[in-house]
Amino acid sequence: MSSVRVLVGTHKGAFVLSADGKRKDWKVEGPFFAGWEIYHLKGSPADPNRLYASQTSGWFGQVMQRSDDGGKTWHQPGVPAGQAPAPGPPTALPNKFKYDVSPETGKPLTTHQWYDGTQHPWEFKRVWHLEPSLTDPDTVYAGVEDAALFRSTDGGENWNELSGLRGHGTGPRWQPGAGGLGLHTIILDPTNPKRIYIAISAAGAFRTDDGGATWKPINKGLRSPYIPDPNAEVGHCVHHVAMHPARPDVLFMQKHWDVMRSDDAGDNWHEVSGNLPTDFGFAIDVHAHEPETLYVVPIKSDSEHFPLDGKLRVYRSRKGGNEWEPLSNGLPEKDCYVNVLRDAMAVDKLDDCGVYFGTTGGQVYASSDSGDSWAPIARDLPAVLSVEVQTLQ
Amino acid sequence: MTAGAAPGKQPPESRPPIRVALPYHLRNLAHIEGDVLLDVATPATIRAVLDALEARYPMLRGTIRDYETGQRRAFLRFFACAEDISLASPDAALPQAVTSGEEPLLIIGAIAGG
Repeated sequence: MSSVRVLVGTHKGAFVLSADGKRKDWKVEGPFFAGWEIYHLKGSPADPNRLYASQTSGWFGQVMQRSDDGGKTWHQPGVPAGQAPAPGPPTALPNKFKYDVSPETGKPLTTHQWYDGTQHPWEFKRVWHLEPSLTDPDTVYAGVEDAALFRSTDGGENWNELSGLRGHGTGPRWQPGAGGLGLHTIILDPTNPKRIYIAISAAGAFRTDDGGATWKPINKGLRSPYIPDPNAEVGHCVHHVAMHPARPDVLFMQKHWDVMRSDDAGDNWHEVSGNLPTDFGFAIDVHAHEPETLYVVPIKSDSEHFPLDGKLRVYRSRKGGNEWEPLSNGLPEKDCYVNVLRDAMAVDKLDDCGVYFGTTGGQVYASSDSGDSWAPIARDLPAVLSVEVQTLQ
Repeated sequence: MTAGAAPGKQPPESRPPIRVALPYHLRNLAHIEGDVLLDVATPATIRAVLDALEARYPMLRGTIRDYETGQRRAFLRFFACAEDISLASPDAALPQAVTSGEEPLLIIGAIAGG
Protein backbone atom coordinates (compact mmCIF):
# COMPACT_ATOMS: atom_id res chain seq x y z
CA MET A 1 0.00 0.00 0.00
CA SER A 2 1.19 3.49 -0.76
CA SER A 3 2.27 5.81 1.99
CA VAL A 4 3.26 9.41 2.35
CA ARG A 5 6.21 11.06 4.03
CA VAL A 6 6.06 14.80 4.65
CA LEU A 7 9.42 16.49 5.22
CA VAL A 8 9.08 19.65 7.26
CA GLY A 9 11.88 22.17 7.74
CA THR A 10 11.36 24.60 10.60
CA HIS A 11 13.03 27.45 12.37
CA LYS A 12 14.25 25.04 15.06
CA GLY A 13 14.74 21.66 13.43
CA ALA A 14 13.33 19.16 10.94
CA PHE A 15 10.35 16.87 11.33
CA VAL A 16 9.20 13.84 9.36
CA LEU A 17 5.45 13.23 9.28
CA SER A 18 4.30 9.92 7.86
CA ALA A 19 1.01 8.18 7.18
CA ASP A 20 -0.40 5.38 5.08
CA GLY A 21 -2.32 6.09 1.90
CA LYS A 22 -5.45 7.02 3.81
CA ARG A 23 -3.59 9.98 5.29
CA LYS A 24 -5.68 9.99 8.45
CA ASP A 25 -3.28 8.93 11.19
CA TRP A 26 0.03 10.73 11.23
CA LYS A 27 3.22 9.86 13.01
CA VAL A 28 5.51 12.77 13.84
CA GLU A 29 9.26 12.14 14.17
CA GLY A 30 11.75 14.78 15.22
CA PRO A 31 13.04 17.26 15.87
CA PHE A 32 16.10 16.35 13.87
CA PHE A 33 18.94 18.91 14.17
CA ALA A 34 17.07 20.48 17.08
CA GLY A 35 17.72 24.16 17.53
CA TRP A 36 19.02 24.73 13.99
CA GLU A 37 17.23 26.41 11.12
CA ILE A 38 16.31 23.85 8.51
CA TYR A 39 15.56 25.87 5.43
CA HIS A 40 14.79 22.85 3.28
CA LEU A 41 14.97 19.08 3.07
CA LYS A 42 14.00 16.99 0.12
CA GLY A 43 14.12 13.38 -1.06
CA SER A 44 15.65 12.00 -4.23
CA PRO A 45 13.07 10.95 -6.85
CA ALA A 46 15.54 8.24 -7.89
CA ASP A 47 15.92 6.80 -4.39
CA PRO A 48 13.31 7.83 -1.85
CA ASN A 49 15.53 6.78 1.05
CA ARG A 50 18.09 9.37 0.05
CA LEU A 51 17.25 12.71 1.65
CA TYR A 52 19.22 15.92 1.75
CA ALA A 53 18.82 18.67 4.34
CA SER A 54 20.17 22.18 4.71
CA GLN A 55 21.03 22.91 8.35
CA THR A 56 22.01 26.48 9.13
CA SER A 57 22.77 28.71 12.05
CA GLY A 58 23.74 32.32 12.53
CA TRP A 59 26.44 31.10 14.91
CA PHE A 60 27.89 28.11 13.11
CA GLY A 61 27.08 28.63 9.44
CA GLN A 62 26.03 26.06 6.90
CA VAL A 63 25.97 22.31 7.50
CA MET A 64 24.76 19.79 4.95
CA GLN A 65 23.07 16.62 6.10
CA ARG A 66 22.15 13.43 4.26
CA SER A 67 20.06 10.43 5.14
CA ASP A 68 20.30 7.11 3.34
CA ASP A 69 17.46 5.48 5.23
CA GLY A 70 14.50 7.73 4.68
CA GLY A 71 15.28 10.11 7.51
CA LYS A 72 15.89 7.69 10.37
CA THR A 73 19.57 8.58 10.63
CA TRP A 74 21.57 11.48 9.24
CA HIS A 75 25.19 12.34 8.66
CA GLN A 76 27.23 14.98 6.92
CA PRO A 77 28.08 13.56 3.48
CA GLY A 78 31.50 11.95 3.53
CA VAL A 79 31.86 12.56 7.25
CA PRO A 80 30.15 9.66 8.98
CA ALA A 81 29.80 10.10 12.71
CA GLY A 82 31.70 7.72 14.96
CA GLN A 83 34.40 6.93 12.43
CA ALA A 84 37.91 8.24 12.66
CA PRO A 85 38.75 10.39 9.64
CA ALA A 86 41.15 8.91 7.13
CA PRO A 87 44.68 10.30 7.32
CA GLY A 88 45.65 12.99 4.87
CA PRO A 89 43.74 15.91 3.44
CA PRO A 90 39.96 15.56 3.62
CA THR A 91 38.25 14.38 0.47
CA ALA A 92 34.80 15.51 1.53
CA LEU A 93 34.02 19.13 2.33
CA PRO A 94 30.23 18.98 2.46
CA ASN A 95 29.78 22.38 4.13
CA LYS A 96 32.01 24.28 1.75
CA PHE A 97 30.36 26.52 -0.83
CA LYS A 98 33.01 28.52 -2.61
CA TYR A 99 32.03 30.95 -5.31
CA ASP A 100 33.92 30.71 -8.57
CA VAL A 101 36.25 33.51 -9.54
CA SER A 102 37.01 34.84 -12.97
CA PRO A 103 39.32 32.37 -14.72
CA GLU A 104 41.01 35.30 -16.49
CA THR A 105 41.69 37.59 -13.55
CA GLY A 106 41.29 35.39 -10.49
CA LYS A 107 39.02 38.09 -9.06
CA PRO A 108 35.36 37.75 -8.07
CA LEU A 109 33.12 37.08 -11.04
CA THR A 110 30.79 39.95 -10.32
CA THR A 111 29.18 42.08 -7.67
CA HIS A 112 25.51 42.60 -6.89
CA GLN A 113 23.50 45.61 -5.84
CA TRP A 114 23.24 46.26 -2.12
CA TYR A 115 20.15 47.70 -0.46
CA ASP A 116 21.56 51.21 -0.74
CA GLY A 117 22.32 50.86 -4.44
CA THR A 118 26.06 50.38 -4.08
CA GLN A 119 27.80 47.32 -5.47
CA HIS A 120 28.51 44.57 -2.96
CA PRO A 121 30.63 41.42 -3.09
CA TRP A 122 28.98 38.00 -3.06
CA GLU A 123 29.05 36.48 0.43
CA PHE A 124 27.83 32.97 1.13
CA LYS A 125 25.26 32.75 3.91
CA ARG A 126 23.18 29.59 3.62
CA VAL A 127 21.50 27.02 1.39
CA TRP A 128 17.87 27.91 0.80
CA HIS A 129 16.76 25.06 -1.44
CA LEU A 130 17.94 21.58 -2.38
CA GLU A 131 16.81 19.90 -5.57
CA PRO A 132 17.91 16.29 -6.03
CA SER A 133 18.39 15.02 -9.58
CA LEU A 134 15.44 13.22 -11.11
CA THR A 135 17.62 10.27 -12.07
CA ASP A 136 20.78 10.11 -9.94
CA PRO A 137 20.59 10.00 -6.13
CA ASP A 138 24.15 11.34 -5.84
CA THR A 139 23.47 14.45 -7.88
CA VAL A 140 21.79 17.34 -6.11
CA TYR A 141 21.52 21.07 -6.74
CA ALA A 142 21.66 23.74 -4.06
CA GLY A 143 20.26 27.25 -4.33
CA VAL A 144 22.14 29.52 -1.97
CA GLU A 145 22.23 33.03 -0.51
CA ASP A 146 23.91 35.19 -1.83
CA ALA A 147 22.23 33.87 -4.93
CA ALA A 148 24.08 31.18 -6.82
CA LEU A 149 23.50 27.63 -7.96
CA PHE A 150 25.77 24.82 -6.78
CA ARG A 151 25.79 21.14 -7.72
CA SER A 152 27.16 18.04 -6.08
CA THR A 153 27.64 14.82 -8.02
CA ASP A 154 29.00 12.80 -5.12
CA GLY A 155 26.09 12.70 -2.75
CA GLY A 156 26.74 16.09 -1.22
CA GLU A 157 30.38 15.53 -0.27
CA ASN A 158 31.65 18.36 -2.45
CA TRP A 159 29.92 21.27 -4.18
CA ASN A 160 30.79 23.25 -7.27
CA GLU A 161 29.18 26.40 -8.54
CA LEU A 162 27.42 26.56 -11.89
CA SER A 163 28.84 30.04 -12.27
CA GLY A 164 27.46 30.72 -15.73
CA LEU A 165 24.38 31.93 -13.88
CA ARG A 166 26.11 34.58 -11.79
CA GLY A 167 28.51 35.42 -14.55
CA HIS A 168 26.15 35.89 -17.46
CA GLY A 169 26.11 39.66 -17.05
CA THR A 170 23.09 40.81 -15.08
CA GLY A 171 24.57 40.10 -11.64
CA PRO A 172 25.32 43.76 -10.84
CA ARG A 173 21.59 44.46 -11.13
CA TRP A 174 20.49 41.75 -8.69
CA GLN A 175 19.53 43.03 -5.28
CA PRO A 176 18.53 41.29 -2.07
CA GLY A 177 14.92 41.23 -0.99
CA ALA A 178 14.12 41.82 2.64
CA GLY A 179 14.91 38.17 3.35
CA GLY A 180 18.21 38.22 1.50
CA LEU A 181 19.48 37.56 -2.01
CA GLY A 182 18.38 33.96 -2.12
CA LEU A 183 18.14 31.45 -4.94
CA HIS A 184 15.00 29.67 -3.76
CA THR A 185 13.52 27.83 -6.71
CA ILE A 186 15.13 25.10 -8.80
CA ILE A 187 13.03 23.21 -11.34
CA LEU A 188 14.47 20.37 -13.39
CA ASP A 189 12.76 19.65 -16.71
CA PRO A 190 11.88 15.92 -16.72
CA THR A 191 11.86 15.79 -20.51
CA ASN A 192 15.07 17.71 -21.11
CA PRO A 193 18.00 17.11 -18.77
CA LYS A 194 19.76 20.17 -20.16
CA ARG A 195 17.00 22.55 -19.08
CA ILE A 196 16.83 24.02 -15.57
CA TYR A 197 14.76 26.92 -14.26
CA ILE A 198 15.77 28.89 -11.21
CA ALA A 199 14.39 31.95 -9.44
CA ILE A 200 15.97 34.55 -7.18
CA SER A 201 14.64 37.25 -4.87
CA ALA A 202 15.03 39.93 -6.07
CA ALA A 203 16.46 39.26 -9.48
CA GLY A 204 13.84 37.16 -11.23
CA ALA A 205 13.67 33.88 -13.11
CA PHE A 206 16.42 32.40 -15.26
CA ARG A 207 16.77 29.38 -17.54
CA THR A 208 19.56 27.26 -18.90
CA ASP A 209 19.17 25.02 -21.92
CA ASP A 210 22.67 23.57 -21.82
CA GLY A 211 22.86 21.95 -18.40
CA GLY A 212 23.90 25.07 -16.53
CA ALA A 213 26.74 26.42 -18.66
CA THR A 214 24.85 29.45 -19.94
CA TRP A 215 21.78 31.20 -18.60
CA LYS A 216 19.34 33.88 -19.61
CA PRO A 217 16.78 35.95 -17.71
CA ILE A 218 13.18 34.93 -18.42
CA ASN A 219 11.21 37.82 -17.00
CA LYS A 220 9.45 39.31 -20.03
CA GLY A 221 5.92 40.23 -19.07
CA LEU A 222 6.62 40.65 -15.37
CA ARG A 223 5.65 44.09 -14.18
CA SER A 224 6.76 45.43 -10.80
CA PRO A 225 5.65 49.05 -10.26
CA TYR A 226 7.66 49.28 -7.03
CA ILE A 227 11.06 49.05 -8.79
CA PRO A 228 12.64 51.86 -10.85
CA ASP A 229 11.88 50.19 -14.19
CA PRO A 230 8.68 48.19 -13.76
CA ASN A 231 9.43 46.13 -16.88
CA ALA A 232 13.12 45.55 -16.17
CA GLU A 233 14.90 42.52 -17.56
CA VAL A 234 16.00 41.64 -14.00
CA GLY A 235 15.23 42.93 -10.52
CA HIS A 236 11.79 41.39 -9.98
CA CYS A 237 11.00 39.79 -6.66
CA VAL A 238 9.89 36.36 -7.77
CA HIS A 239 8.68 34.41 -4.76
CA HIS A 240 8.22 30.95 -6.21
CA VAL A 241 7.70 29.07 -9.47
CA ALA A 242 5.89 25.77 -10.04
CA MET A 243 5.61 23.36 -12.95
CA HIS A 244 3.63 20.22 -13.69
CA PRO A 245 6.04 17.53 -14.90
CA ALA A 246 3.72 16.53 -17.75
CA ARG A 247 3.89 20.04 -19.20
CA PRO A 248 7.37 21.37 -18.56
CA ASP A 249 6.93 24.42 -20.79
CA VAL A 250 4.07 25.74 -18.64
CA LEU A 251 5.21 27.62 -15.56
CA PHE A 252 3.25 29.30 -12.80
CA MET A 253 4.76 32.02 -10.67
CA GLN A 254 3.85 33.72 -7.43
CA LYS A 255 5.60 37.04 -7.74
CA HIS A 256 5.83 39.51 -4.86
CA TRP A 257 2.52 40.81 -6.13
CA ASP A 258 0.85 39.02 -9.09
CA VAL A 259 0.32 35.40 -9.99
CA MET A 260 1.82 34.82 -13.42
CA ARG A 261 1.79 32.13 -16.10
CA SER A 262 4.08 31.25 -18.97
CA ASP A 263 3.24 28.83 -21.76
CA ASP A 264 6.60 29.01 -23.48
CA ALA A 265 9.16 27.97 -20.88
CA GLY A 266 9.34 31.40 -19.34
CA ASP A 267 10.02 33.39 -22.50
CA ASN A 268 6.81 35.35 -21.94
CA TRP A 269 4.60 35.75 -18.89
CA HIS A 270 1.06 36.98 -18.40
CA GLU A 271 -0.88 37.66 -15.26
CA VAL A 272 -3.48 35.16 -14.06
CA SER A 273 -4.34 36.72 -10.69
CA GLY A 274 -7.94 37.09 -11.85
CA ASN A 275 -10.39 37.27 -8.96
CA LEU A 276 -7.91 36.60 -6.14
CA PRO A 277 -8.72 38.86 -3.17
CA THR A 278 -5.04 39.78 -2.97
CA ASP A 279 -2.36 38.50 -5.31
CA PHE A 280 0.52 38.93 -2.89
CA GLY A 281 1.82 35.63 -1.56
CA PHE A 282 4.71 33.25 -1.43
CA ALA A 283 3.68 29.64 -2.11
CA ILE A 284 2.31 28.21 -5.34
CA ASP A 285 1.93 24.63 -6.50
CA VAL A 286 0.24 22.48 -9.13
CA HIS A 287 -2.06 19.49 -8.63
CA ALA A 288 -0.27 16.18 -9.23
CA HIS A 289 -2.71 14.94 -11.89
CA GLU A 290 -4.39 18.08 -13.19
CA PRO A 291 -1.86 20.40 -14.81
CA GLU A 292 -4.36 23.25 -14.92
CA THR A 293 -5.19 23.08 -11.22
CA LEU A 294 -3.17 25.53 -9.12
CA TYR A 295 -2.97 26.45 -5.48
CA VAL A 296 -1.89 29.69 -3.86
CA VAL A 297 -2.25 31.15 -0.38
CA PRO A 298 -3.11 34.85 -0.70
CA ILE A 299 -1.39 37.07 1.86
CA LYS A 300 -2.67 40.53 2.64
CA SER A 301 0.30 42.60 1.51
CA ASP A 302 4.05 43.01 1.41
CA SER A 303 4.00 44.75 4.77
CA GLU A 304 1.30 42.64 6.40
CA HIS A 305 2.39 39.05 5.96
CA PHE A 306 -0.79 37.33 7.09
CA PRO A 307 -4.08 36.25 5.51
CA LEU A 308 -6.84 38.72 4.76
CA ASP A 309 -9.27 39.31 7.61
CA GLY A 310 -7.61 36.66 9.78
CA LYS A 311 -9.05 33.88 7.59
CA LEU A 312 -6.54 31.32 6.35
CA ARG A 313 -7.61 30.25 2.88
CA VAL A 314 -6.01 28.39 0.04
CA TYR A 315 -7.23 29.49 -3.36
CA ARG A 316 -7.55 26.97 -6.16
CA SER A 317 -7.90 27.53 -9.86
CA ARG A 318 -8.96 24.62 -12.04
CA LYS A 319 -8.46 26.65 -15.19
CA GLY A 320 -4.79 27.45 -15.04
CA GLY A 321 -5.40 30.77 -13.31
CA ASN A 322 -7.72 33.77 -13.54
CA GLU A 323 -10.71 31.99 -12.00
CA TRP A 324 -10.04 31.15 -8.36
CA GLU A 325 -12.15 29.62 -5.59
CA PRO A 326 -11.46 29.90 -1.86
CA LEU A 327 -10.84 26.66 0.04
CA SER A 328 -11.59 27.07 3.71
CA ASN A 329 -13.12 23.82 4.95
CA GLY A 330 -11.05 22.90 7.99
CA LEU A 331 -8.87 26.02 7.95
CA PRO A 332 -9.02 28.78 10.58
CA GLU A 333 -11.90 31.14 9.87
CA LYS A 334 -10.87 33.89 12.26
CA ASP A 335 -7.96 35.36 14.19
CA CYS A 336 -5.34 33.67 12.04
CA TYR A 337 -2.27 35.80 11.38
CA VAL A 338 0.33 33.32 10.19
CA ASN A 339 2.30 33.34 6.95
CA VAL A 340 2.93 30.53 4.47
CA LEU A 341 6.46 30.75 3.09
CA ARG A 342 7.54 30.08 -0.46
CA ASP A 343 8.79 26.53 -0.05
CA ALA A 344 6.10 25.51 2.43
CA MET A 345 3.58 23.93 0.04
CA ALA A 346 3.71 20.59 -1.73
CA VAL A 347 1.49 17.91 -3.25
CA ASP A 348 1.55 14.12 -3.11
CA LYS A 349 0.94 11.80 -6.07
CA LEU A 350 -1.78 9.56 -4.69
CA ASP A 351 -4.93 9.14 -6.79
CA ASP A 352 -6.76 11.65 -4.63
CA CYS A 353 -4.07 14.28 -4.74
CA GLY A 354 -2.92 15.42 -1.33
CA VAL A 355 -2.01 19.06 -0.78
CA TYR A 356 0.09 20.20 2.18
CA PHE A 357 1.29 23.48 3.54
CA GLY A 358 3.00 24.73 6.68
CA THR A 359 2.66 28.03 8.50
CA THR A 360 4.89 30.31 10.46
CA GLY A 361 2.65 29.45 13.40
CA GLY A 362 3.90 25.87 13.31
CA GLN A 363 0.86 24.18 11.83
CA VAL A 364 1.04 21.76 8.92
CA TYR A 365 -2.29 21.42 7.14
CA ALA A 366 -3.13 18.59 4.76
CA SER A 367 -5.92 17.88 2.33
CA SER A 368 -6.44 14.40 0.92
CA ASP A 369 -9.10 15.55 -1.55
CA SER A 370 -7.33 18.08 -3.74
CA GLY A 371 -8.04 20.91 -1.32
CA ASP A 372 -11.78 20.48 -0.71
CA SER A 373 -11.18 19.86 3.00
CA TRP A 374 -8.24 20.37 5.32
CA ALA A 375 -7.02 19.20 8.69
CA PRO A 376 -3.88 19.93 10.69
CA ILE A 377 -1.46 17.02 10.77
CA ALA A 378 0.87 18.87 13.15
CA ARG A 379 -0.22 21.84 15.21
CA ASP A 380 2.57 23.14 17.35
CA LEU A 381 5.86 22.91 15.50
CA PRO A 382 8.34 25.78 15.30
CA ALA A 383 7.73 28.19 12.43
CA VAL A 384 7.60 26.14 9.23
CA LEU A 385 10.11 27.11 6.56
CA SER A 386 9.55 24.31 4.05
CA VAL A 387 7.31 21.36 3.26
CA GLU A 388 8.09 18.57 0.82
CA VAL A 389 6.20 15.34 0.22
CA GLN A 390 7.33 11.90 -0.81
CA THR A 391 4.79 9.43 -2.16
CA LEU A 392 6.08 5.96 -1.35
CA GLN A 393 5.01 2.63 -2.81
CA MET B 1 32.06 12.14 30.44
CA THR B 2 35.03 13.41 28.51
CA ALA B 3 36.10 12.59 24.98
CA GLY B 4 39.62 11.15 25.25
CA ALA B 5 42.77 11.92 23.35
CA ALA B 6 43.34 10.10 20.09
CA PRO B 7 44.50 6.55 20.87
CA GLY B 8 48.09 5.70 20.11
CA LYS B 9 49.24 9.29 20.08
CA GLN B 10 51.57 10.82 22.62
CA PRO B 11 51.12 14.45 23.46
CA PRO B 12 53.90 16.48 21.82
CA GLU B 13 56.79 17.14 24.20
CA SER B 14 54.94 15.09 26.79
CA ARG B 15 52.58 17.98 27.25
CA PRO B 16 49.17 17.06 28.57
CA PRO B 17 46.31 17.32 26.09
CA ILE B 18 44.64 20.69 25.71
CA ARG B 19 41.08 20.84 26.95
CA VAL B 20 38.51 22.54 24.69
CA ALA B 21 34.96 23.37 25.75
CA LEU B 22 32.58 23.58 22.80
CA PRO B 23 29.10 25.10 22.63
CA TYR B 24 26.16 22.71 22.96
CA HIS B 25 25.27 22.66 19.27
CA LEU B 26 28.80 21.85 18.17
CA ARG B 27 29.05 19.04 20.71
CA ASN B 28 25.82 17.66 19.27
CA LEU B 29 27.07 18.02 15.73
CA ALA B 30 30.24 16.11 16.54
CA HIS B 31 28.43 13.55 18.73
CA ILE B 32 30.60 14.25 21.75
CA GLU B 33 29.87 14.92 25.38
CA GLY B 34 31.87 17.08 27.72
CA ASP B 35 35.16 18.75 26.93
CA VAL B 36 37.44 17.58 24.14
CA LEU B 37 41.03 16.61 24.89
CA LEU B 38 43.37 17.32 22.01
CA ASP B 39 47.00 16.61 21.35
CA VAL B 40 48.18 19.83 19.77
CA ALA B 41 51.33 20.55 17.86
CA THR B 42 53.83 22.97 19.31
CA PRO B 43 53.55 25.90 19.53
CA ALA B 44 50.07 25.56 20.94
CA THR B 45 48.03 28.35 19.41
CA ILE B 46 44.36 28.86 18.62
CA ARG B 47 45.09 27.93 15.03
CA ALA B 48 46.85 24.72 16.10
CA VAL B 49 43.99 23.81 18.44
CA LEU B 50 41.39 24.36 15.71
CA ASP B 51 43.49 22.40 13.21
CA ALA B 52 43.61 19.49 15.63
CA LEU B 53 39.92 19.79 16.47
CA GLU B 54 38.83 19.79 12.83
CA ALA B 55 41.16 16.92 11.97
CA ARG B 56 39.60 14.83 14.71
CA TYR B 57 36.03 16.01 14.10
CA PRO B 58 35.78 16.90 10.41
CA MET B 59 32.08 17.63 10.79
CA LEU B 60 33.09 20.82 12.59
CA ARG B 61 34.94 22.23 9.59
CA GLY B 62 33.49 25.58 8.69
CA THR B 63 31.44 25.91 11.87
CA ILE B 64 33.99 27.80 13.98
CA ARG B 65 36.06 29.58 11.34
CA ASP B 66 35.66 30.28 7.68
CA TYR B 67 36.85 27.55 5.34
CA GLU B 68 38.83 29.87 3.16
CA THR B 69 40.04 32.72 5.32
CA GLY B 70 40.27 30.95 8.65
CA GLN B 71 38.48 33.93 10.17
CA ARG B 72 36.53 33.28 13.37
CA ARG B 73 32.78 33.26 12.82
CA ALA B 74 31.24 36.50 13.96
CA PHE B 75 29.04 35.11 16.73
CA LEU B 76 31.74 33.01 18.36
CA ARG B 77 34.37 34.07 20.87
CA PHE B 78 37.43 32.40 22.38
CA PHE B 79 38.16 32.65 26.10
CA ALA B 80 41.09 31.36 28.15
CA CYS B 81 41.72 31.88 31.86
CA ALA B 82 38.76 34.26 32.06
CA GLU B 83 40.21 36.44 29.31
CA ASP B 84 38.73 37.14 25.92
CA ILE B 85 41.38 36.13 23.40
CA SER B 86 39.08 36.31 20.39
CA LEU B 87 40.93 39.22 18.86
CA ALA B 88 44.40 37.87 19.54
CA SER B 89 46.40 36.54 16.65
CA PRO B 90 45.47 32.94 15.88
CA ASP B 91 49.20 32.28 15.99
CA ALA B 92 49.75 33.70 19.45
CA ALA B 93 50.74 31.18 22.11
CA LEU B 94 47.94 30.12 24.42
CA PRO B 95 48.31 30.77 28.15
CA GLN B 96 50.37 28.25 30.04
CA ALA B 97 47.38 27.21 32.14
CA VAL B 98 45.64 26.12 28.94
CA THR B 99 48.61 24.35 27.42
CA SER B 100 49.15 22.53 30.70
CA GLY B 101 45.57 21.26 30.62
CA GLU B 102 44.74 23.07 33.82
CA GLU B 103 42.27 25.45 32.18
CA PRO B 104 40.10 24.83 29.12
CA LEU B 105 40.01 26.88 25.97
CA LEU B 106 36.41 28.04 25.82
CA ILE B 107 34.64 28.46 22.50
CA ILE B 108 31.49 30.37 23.30
CA GLY B 109 28.54 31.43 21.18
CA ALA B 110 26.86 34.79 21.55
CA ILE B 111 23.87 34.67 23.85
CA ALA B 112 20.57 34.21 22.04
CA GLY B 113 17.39 35.73 23.30
CA GLY B 114 16.57 38.84 25.24
